[in-house]
Amino acid sequence: MRQKLARVIGGAAMLALVAGGTACSSGSDDTASGGDACGNKIAFFGALTGPSAALGINENNGVKLAVDKYNKENADCKVELVPLDSQGSPDQAPQLAQKAIDDTKILGIVGPAYSGESEAAGPLFNEAGLVTITPSATNPTLAKQGWKTFFRAVGNDLSQGPGAGNYIKNVLKAEKVYVIDDQSAYGAGLADEVKKLLGPAVVGSDKVQGDGKQVEFSAVVTKVKAANVDAVFYGGYYQEAGLIRKQLTAAGITAPMVAGDGVNDAAYITSAGAAAAEGTILTCPCQPAAEARGTFKEEFKALNGTEPGTYSDTAYDAANILLAGIKAGKTTREGLLEFVKGYSGEGVAATYKFVEGGELDPAQVKVWAFKVVGGKVVPDQEIPKS
Amino acid sequence: MTTVLDKVRSGREAVGDRWHHAPRWVRWALLAAVIAFFYALPNREFYQYLGPIPTPGANFTQVMFTVSIYVLLAVGLNIVVGFAGLLDLGYFGFFAVGAYTVAVLTSPSSDLKAMWPWLLAVPVAIALTMVSGVMLGTPTLRLRGDYLALVTLGFAEMIRIGAVSSEFLKGQRGFNQIPHPPGEFADGKPVFGVLDARPYYWLVLTLIILVVIGVRNLTHSRVGRAWISIREDEDAAQLMGVPTFKFKLWAFAAGAAIAGLAGALFAGKQNFVNSQNFELLNSIIILAAVIFGGSGNIVGAIVGGGLVAYMIERFRGIELFGVELYEYRFLFFGLVLVIMMIFRPEGLIPNRRRAAEFKDRRKEVTVGE
Amino acid sequence: MNFDGLFSNFGELTTTGLTQGAIYALVALGYTLVYGVLKLINFAHSEVFIAGAFFAIWTWNWFGLDQNSQVSGAGSIIFYLLVAMVVAAIASATTATVIERVAYRPLRKRNAPPLAFLITAIGASIAIAEAFGIWTRRRPEGAPILVGQEPLFRIFGVPIDAVQLLTIGAALVMMIALDMFINRSRVGRGIRAVAQDANTAALMGVNKDRIIMIVFIAGGSMAGVAGLLYDVRIQTLTYSVGFLLGLKAFTAAVLGGIGNLRGALVGGLLLGVVENYASGLFGTQWKDFAAFALLVVLLMFRPTGLLGESLGRARA
Repeated sequence: MRQKLARVIGGAAMLALVAGGTACSSGSDDTASGGDACGNKIAFFGALTGPSAALGINENNGVKLAVDKYNKENADCKVELVPLDSQGSPDQAPQLAQKAIDDTKILGIVGPAYSGESEAAGPLFNEAGLVTITPSATNPTLAKQGWKTFFRAVGNDLSQGPGAGNYIKNVLKAEKVYVIDDQSAYGAGLADEVKKLLGPAVVGSDKVQGDGKQVEFSAVVTKVKAANVDAVFYGGYYQEAGLIRKQLTAAGITAPMVAGDGVNDAAYITSAGAAAAEGTILTCPCQPAAEARGTFKEEFKALNGTEPGTYSDTAYDAANILLAGIKAGKTTREGLLEFVKGYSGEGVAATYKFVEGGELDPAQVKVWAFKVVGGKVVPDQEIPKS
Repeated sequence: MTTVLDKVRSGREAVGDRWHHAPRWVRWALLAAVIAFFYALPNREFYQYLGPIPTPGANFTQVMFTVSIYVLLAVGLNIVVGFAGLLDLGYFGFFAVGAYTVAVLTSPSSDLKAMWPWLLAVPVAIALTMVSGVMLGTPTLRLRGDYLALVTLGFAEMIRIGAVSSEFLKGQRGFNQIPHPPGEFADGKPVFGVLDARPYYWLVLTLIILVVIGVRNLTHSRVGRAWISIREDEDAAQLMGVPTFKFKLWAFAAGAAIAGLAGALFAGKQNFVNSQNFELLNSIIILAAVIFGGSGNIVGAIVGGGLVAYMIERFRGIELFGVELYEYRFLFFGLVLVIMMIFRPEGLIPNRRRAAEFKDRRKEVTVGE
Repeated sequence: MNFDGLFSNFGELTTTGLTQGAIYALVALGYTLVYGVLKLINFAHSEVFIAGAFFAIWTWNWFGLDQNSQVSGAGSIIFYLLVAMVVAAIASATTATVIERVAYRPLRKRNAPPLAFLITAIGASIAIAEAFGIWTRRRPEGAPILVGQEPLFRIFGVPIDAVQLLTIGAALVMMIALDMFINRSRVGRGIRAVAQDANTAALMGVNKDRIIMIVFIAGGSMAGVAGLLYDVRIQTLTYSVGFLLGLKAFTAAVLGGIGNLRGALVGGLLLGVVENYASGLFGTQWKDFAAFALLVVLLMFRPTGLLGESLGRARA
């Protein structure tokens, strides 16, 4: 009797499970067919106005292209792009992050573009379970905060810094190097890595003010001149880099400037002037957009009217990862988050696979050196890892 | 033009008269209604019916938190500028001192590794800003008005550069994982979570009310009368036996303490503090807000601080002829300041005594004009 | 602290500091003149400077020169410099006059308190800077390289280049001209009279509004020339640089004793040099910190500045 009862109960439980299972799956089917699969949105989070907007505009254009292509292929079920202009300021970040979180149609974020705003917005995205893939925030600490929604589509400062250092040491064969940084999370982080790698070859270092706060660098120029160096490394963004290069050249210093991806932008050449910028080495933990496979470059130009800039391709890839998830029917935030976590595939700039903490798999990180030749940034060579 | 202005002016005076002659219970009821309105404001269930008031380009609750911080700062600066008549252009520096004190004491990325709870760090932050107010005030308060403005501005810049450049204050890398204020609901969820900005807003709002009550009592006391006498005529006040320097220092310290409190609240909400939070423009915005609202009048300062912070955010997400207005927000801000000062220099809701002063000054004879 | 860095570069830090200081001094003159006459910090003067600097670059653009052009031949260089200088001075003087008419005069007519002036000045400053920012899309504008920065000769081993000579030379010439104008001319006497006692001067028949206008024009022209020199030296201009430069120039004016023309020169040069020494000693990031620290310390011990305040009493 007792056995019989147990069997009945067990059978009922089994039935319930199965029913529950179908109920569950039918539930998700319902939401999918209820029109939720369409009308989804992804957002771009970064500076679109303000002094550091050039990088953000590059990235937003890349995301725009990805969404545009997706919508052409899936005309019956479009995805909308929401730009969130943070001006690169951590102050603005929480209210914009919350704005994205409020809009339940937004399933994923490309960004935040800079490290500071990532720090301020990260906890909110983590709490809301809204997946973010940053194409350019390279501060290593971001991946160590235990945010489950943080993913980084580029190598961090720890991969780019040594790359730049190796280039200075092995390719330029510089014996005396001067290191300058702008005290930003990004610039100082990079400069520290370069200093660590080059050791005694760094004969002097100085710090300047970033964010357009300093324009007169005669004191730095004097010090660089006195140090009589073979190369100057600058950790920071294009605006100051251009001015420093211009003033160095004006003072007759011909040693090449090496700088990171924050300077890898056409705006650097405008700021420095083509003559002064000539020969500058710019590193980037990314591949040249020209190297990018397929017809990315032409398509980008056709849509945006400009050449792809730094991180245009990475942002394009990041957006494509999110779009691939949406295409695969992951139209909930949890679903898309899981999808990104398990994603592995080819993009135009790199092969993507995320490891612990959301970092890009170190095996996939490639650091490239670019060179300014004839007023244009052209790819120079890939820098070996050691 | 002038008739319209006159009409507006007389209308406003009528409202003012009504207010001042209304029975006590009417005033209290109105005040309670206004306070209840602001407590209800950040709820989506409420603000979605308010038409154009919520900000389209950012989360309204989060914006309201920012606005409330500005209001708190305006109330504090009003003591310094409005009551004591000291022109402080570096007020935001004290806000930075408050926020950084909390960050250094609580954040795991700080060198001290003290990792205090937030609540413990707040009184320290307030005390430290007060001390820094006294330290800055002691040598500088002997200076004349516009020199004082410049020195305070220089001081705020020094704090900012210090924050950017010193190793201890971490520059732009900043302090992360600053703890939130304490408190749990019955189900174990924290009251002050990450996503919901309402508890923070309500906390600041409650503190604003407490601070306003405190400041109001202070101004009706000996201290307040001393401040006003200093503002009106420092030499005369000194002659009449008011220890002007002491009271100026008091005003400075009290203002600084409120800014420190605001900084501590900001740090507790934001979770992350770095040098990008403290631009010089913020000091100018707050000063402008106080003058705009009506310096010397607590209600004026509140309205000014709230309106200015809100308007700047309200421009976001509005497009006119295909141009995003947000780009133009500071252009408008600047123009409004100029126009305001030309047509209504005493502010939106002026202090009665000050309004009378302005009128008197207008009548004073100046030769050759 | 890097004493070695300071002493090994002492000469060059001094010369570049003096050059930058000369620009501060020219801008400081505007603050000092207006303050001397109106007892008012013309906070918007930084934008008067920016207007001149932008119009100088736009003049060169109009001649077809952009930041990559090389100009050779002393004649054409001098031509371009002079034309841009005139345009810059006119642009700056116009901006200053407009600010006076729109932002200050209505307040003066009403005898508004000093606080009101400061707020309109801040408002005008923000509005003008933003207008330039929107017009230039917040991007830097490049100036052509007109004057080379290769060392021409050495004094005690310190190289001196043409830009340094031009900047310091032009600043000195402008300064002496202004000093003579204030102290020798009839209008200058009017300015000094108004500075000393505006009401009495008005009763004696001095046209106060006209004098104030002239003061703004004179200060504005100096700022315009400073803008041109800035372009020649830095070769790039962004809309937002005026604010800090204006603040430093005002600091220079206070250092020398506000209202005192020669004080502006002394203050400007001193500030430029001190900034550079601090850069050598502590690192460039502490440059502005040093400038403001100098100001705060000086005001504590000698609030009237190094040479004292005396536009009215200037050799009266």
